[in-house]
Amino acid sequence: MSTSTASPATHDPVPSEGAWRTVVRGISLSPELRVGLPVTILLALLATAGRAIVPIAVQMTIDDGLQGGVGVDVQTVLSIVAFASVAVLLTAVCSGAMNYRLAAVVETALSSLRVRAFRHIHDLSMLHQASQQRGGLVSRVTSDIDEVSRFMQWAGLNLITAVGQLTIATVVMFVYSWRLTLIVLAVFVPFVIGARWFQKRLTRAYLIVRERIGRLLGVVAETVVGAPVVKAYGIEPRTQDRLDHAIGEHRRAAVRAGGLSSIFSATGEVFGAVATAAAVVGGVMLGVDDQVTPGMVLAFLFLIALFIEPVLVAAEVINEGQNAVAGWRRVLDVLDVEPDVEDPGDDGVELPDEPIGIRFDHVSFRYPKPGESAREASGPIVLDDVDVAIEPRTKVAVVGETGSGKTTFAKLLTRLMDPVDGRVLLAGTPVDQVRFDSLRARVVMVPQDGALFDGTIGDNVRMGRPDASDHDLQLAFLELGLSDWLEELPQHLDTRTGERGGSLSAGERQLVALARAYVANPDLLVLDEATSAVDPATELRLQRALAGLTSGRTTVTIAHRLSTAETADEVLVFDGGRLVQRGAHDDLVAQGGVYGRLHTSWTRGVGRDG
Amino acid sequence: MHGLLRRGLRVIGVALRGAPRPFAVGVGGAALFAVATVAASLVLGWVTDEVLLPQFEAGETDAAALTLAALVIIGVGLVKATGVLGRRLGAYLAQFQLQAMYRQRVTRQYLRLPLRWHRRHPTGELLSNANADVESAFFVAAPLPMAMGASILLVLTAGLLVVTDPALAAIGFSVGPLLIFANWFYQRRMRYAATVAQQARADVSEVAHESFDGALVVKTMGREQAEAERFRGISEDLRDKMIRVGRLRAFFDPVIEALPNIAILLVLFVGAYRVRAGALTPGDLVLFAYLFRLVALPMRVFGWLLGELPRAVVGWDRVSRVLDETGEMVYGRAPAEGEGGAATQLDEVRFRHPAPERGDLAGPDATTPRHRTAAAGSGPRAGGSAVATADRDGGSSHGHDGPPADETDQQRRGIESVSFDVPAGRTIALVGATGSGKSTVASLLVRLFDPDHGSITFDGRELSELDRDQLAANVAIVFQEAFLFDDTVRDNITLGLDLPDADVEAAARLAQAHGFITELEHGYDTPVGERGATLSGGQRQRIALARAIVRKPRLLVLDDATSAVDPSVESDILRGLADSDLPSTVIVVAYRKGSIALADEVVFLREGQVAARGSHEQLLEEEPSYADLVTAYERDAAERDAMAAGQDTRGIGP
Repeated sequence: MSTSTASPATHDPVPSEGAWRTVVRGISLSPELRVGLPVTILLALLATAGRAIVPIAVQMTIDDGLQGGVGVDVQTVLSIVAFASVAVLLTAVCSGAMNYRLAAVVETALSSLRVRAFRHIHDLSMLHQASQQRGGLVSRVTSDIDEVSRFMQWAGLNLITAVGQLTIATVVMFVYSWRLTLIVLAVFVPFVIGARWFQKRLTRAYLIVRERIGRLLGVVAETVVGAPVVKAYGIEPRTQDRLDHAIGEHRRAAVRAGGLSSIFSATGEVFGAVATAAAVVGGVMLGVDDQVTPGMVLAFLFLIALFIEPVLVAAEVINEGQNAVAGWRRVLDVLDVEPDVEDPGDDGVELPDEPIGIRFDHVSFRYPKPGESAREASGPIVLDDVDVAIEPRTKVAVVGETGSGKTTFAKLLTRLMDPVDGRVLLAGTPVDQVRFDSLRARVVMVPQDGALFDGTIGDNVRMGRPDASDHDLQLAFLELGLSDWLEELPQHLDTRTGERGGSLSAGERQLVALARAYVANPDLLVLDEATSAVDPATELRLQRALAGLTSGRTTVTIAHRLSTAETADEVLVFDGGRLVQRGAHDDLVAQGGVYGRLHTSWTRGVGRDG
Repeated sequence: MHGLLRRGLRVIGVALRGAPRPFAVGVGGAALFAVATVAASLVLGWVTDEVLLPQFEAGETDAAALTLAALVIIGVGLVKATGVLGRRLGAYLAQFQLQAMYRQRVTRQYLRLPLRWHRRHPTGELLSNANADVESAFFVAAPLPMAMGASILLVLTAGLLVVTDPALAAIGFSVGPLLIFANWFYQRRMRYAATVAQQARADVSEVAHESFDGALVVKTMGREQAEAERFRGISEDLRDKMIRVGRLRAFFDPVIEALPNIAILLVLFVGAYRVRAGALTPGDLVLFAYLFRLVALPMRVFGWLLGELPRAVVGWDRVSRVLDETGEMVYGRAPAEGEGGAATQLDEVRFRHPAPERGDLAGPDATTPRHRTAAAGSGPRAGGSAVATADRDGGSSHGHDGPPADETDQQRRGIESVSFDVPAGRTIALVGATGSGKSTVASLLVRLFDPDHGSITFDGRELSELDRDQLAANVAIVFQEAFLFDDTVRDNITLGLDLPDADVEAAARLAQAHGFITELEHGYDTPVGERGATLSGGQRQRIALARAIVRKPRLLVLDDATSAVDPSVESDILRGLADSDLPSTVIVVAYRKGSIALADEVVFLREGQVAARGSHEQLLEEEPSYADLVTAYERDAAERDAMAAGQDTRGIGP
């Protein structure tokens, strides 16, 4: 039975930690982000200082150049302007250097985070991978990280310059007149308080937008993938209703978030005007007491503009940043998941170099409920106290109905999952003590659908043994009796398999998967027999290749066909998670029971009795 | 003026026409903002000359004048805030209205266009058309009101500057052409860099998708490290391209910011002369400097708008390619209703599946060889996007790459010339090897495609003459790949038809689905999850079958629709269908001998043609290749029996 499709992450639209904590955690996990940070910040401050140059030049020109003496002192103005121009150019260079450093650092750090998350996802158990939607996993190493990267460069830049600009504007204001500065700052206190309130509501609004876009994508995907059904059943109107609904829901949520952020920006403008008015009034009142000069008050008006801008920008960065922080959090959360099936690595042992026998020592398995770790799983029991030994070099067929536990048996055998109780031993060694490289080299599983990657047939087979030459591969096909099939293909080993092997038929994909297992030359082979019907000619080829592949190896086959069970040395019959029968086919038929029932069902369908 | 700008302006035109009211709000707000901004600078000039300087000189405050000044400043600020609100709100409203509108149009087009068109386009491409492409086409709506407001600001400011001092204004505006040139240069370089980066991004996503999709293989072959290395290569490629984009921006941004500042300084310098010459008051000079800061803003906004244009054009091109597609099926008005099963006939029908098109979206760059993993052992890579079109038709899909393979596929898939008739109420089995054209015939019978040549009739009428709804109501097909919607079991069976529960249940019983459905947590009201993920393949197939049966179609086509169902259940289903009072002619694509034997007659297809026709027994005798095909299982078993008999004396089964 497949587990629930909903991932825990989608159940939880409320952030579990604050944005700030996520950022701190993220930075500590990507030390590359701190490379050269002091220099970058220094450059940013210098670049930002450039923004104060023009207001200062205006003030100096008016105070010294125009009013300072009698009439206009052109020489002074010239030197002010020349000096300021050089400063503007220098700060522009600083600004460019800072932008570039930021881009390089962020992209480098995130590329390595991307690769790390990718690797980590592969290290997670099947169990965990299965509990997540594929698209969700992919988005963690793609769009989530893209979002963080885009945000960090846009926001990182803006935040650094905003903070710098704010600092410099404040410092310059203080230098001019601390009294006037305090007046301006006082005006902004209620604004900062209001901003926090806005931010909370915006966070929620953006979360809803993200959820709705996910739902919208789901409905569109359904429409596209299900197009044959939609057309054949003429349900276009109903489908369009569903689409329109999802589209409308997303639009409403987006407009709401946009509206909130618009109101916020407008509020900022009002505070800017109040601050300007306060500076004029305060300036005049102080000026009368000779505390400030007219030039200073005028410079203040410019400085207030310089002050408001970063405040608004910073607020917007924080608002819009909710999206990126959520993406970052998803990536970090995946990295936080401890792989519950862990490679013992150097502490582990190698499988002894001998034919592999299997022992299940009172093994039980349950699936974890959402939120539980695999070890404390308390879901319904899937495998119940299975105790069985299989001699090396035997061919075993595992049979049972859907949900009987036969697939779980195979997953525990290959250590795609660990049991909740009991031990699995291969060649006398507990499987959780075996190093992965040894385990994967000696134990190979062939999944139900050939599971091919886009590339050539040669590429796909070579995954079984990366150093195999073309000649080795051809030999493998020959030994499996498949060279006639390979020769029929337009480009033989170089024939492209297409996306997920889509250029080949289901049976042909299986042939490639068998060849892949053959070149890997394992001692224990676990086969999950394909259920989908293939035409009988391909079926025959499959049978022949299987015979070649399994010869001389311990083989465990999850059998969906009678013929497989018939030819096995031994059949294990599962029912409701328990091993209920074992023995040779004929003996089991004579016994009746669960196997008898399965046998009757098989023979009736294939039509051999009639 | 190059093509990009012209096409960009066309997208802007489309946007303006698509959401006139929000844009009116946005542009109105932006205009208000512009006017208020200019007013604010005038006010500051006035405050300087009339309030500040006099009071400084006088050495005493004038409360009335100060209050007035403060009120005017705040009043102008309020107007400005209203402008900001209108501008931003209008931009958001416009953007989301356009997105929603074009998403509806694109998806309506998906529903309208024939399956033939769908086959040519990978799922991932269609998904991104409706999502990312629509989005990027109308991102341009966001800076649009601001840009239009900014042009008003620019005109107002320019006017004021010219009125105040034409000579000084001329000096200041010399910066304009420089900005435009810098922008043009940037756009050219950026477009290429961004396109290349976007492609690299798609590659990363493809490799990730493929690798996670094949997680089982990766794990069981111990290829985690090899996969990580493959991913690292492609991720670092993206990183380098993104750094290149960053470098361009790093160069451009400071230039755009420094140019207006230099202009202001120039104005200050020349302005000082003008003040000395008495042509200008100090207040005017302050106003001038302030106004120039304002001019820098529209310049930046235009840069912003121009920066969005390449993306908007690419997005819009992709969206309009879908919207401009024609060729939807034309339906007639003839009724398809009648008593009992329908007779159907194919006459010299030929059909070739269209070759898939790789979305040629990346502009100049799409033809360059895409990142391939050449090194042996580094593994193959993804070629297309997410959900494959593969297997929608039991193996009639094609590879995207390698023309020779496609050629061969073309010859193998599809049908050459098929003629046969099915009398009303009969059950016919379509049998043939993979690629013989069974699924193609099945799809043609229900008019998912129109044949390239030849005719298909339903009760003597051409399928194309039949009314759309009548056809859908009287003809049903069940595919091997059972597609379920993210909905309840019941809704997946009724698909929105208002049917009595008893009918739904009866159909489910006939499909051998009632038993397991009632064991589900909420029975018929259990949600099945995305694509029916909570159910097994056989269960999904049986629900899809019930969906067809509940409509009581006059023609029922089962395209290997029970492949994942246990053989015994399969024959129960077919036997049940035969015994039921369904008014159906049934055409069943099957492999298993037990199912074939239940048909009244067999049509045997080989290489896209009817090779033989007759009862199962007849064909077994008369047609050696048919006998070869359907008895392969038995011969295999017999061979193994013989081998086993040779190895030991233990006999095996009948």
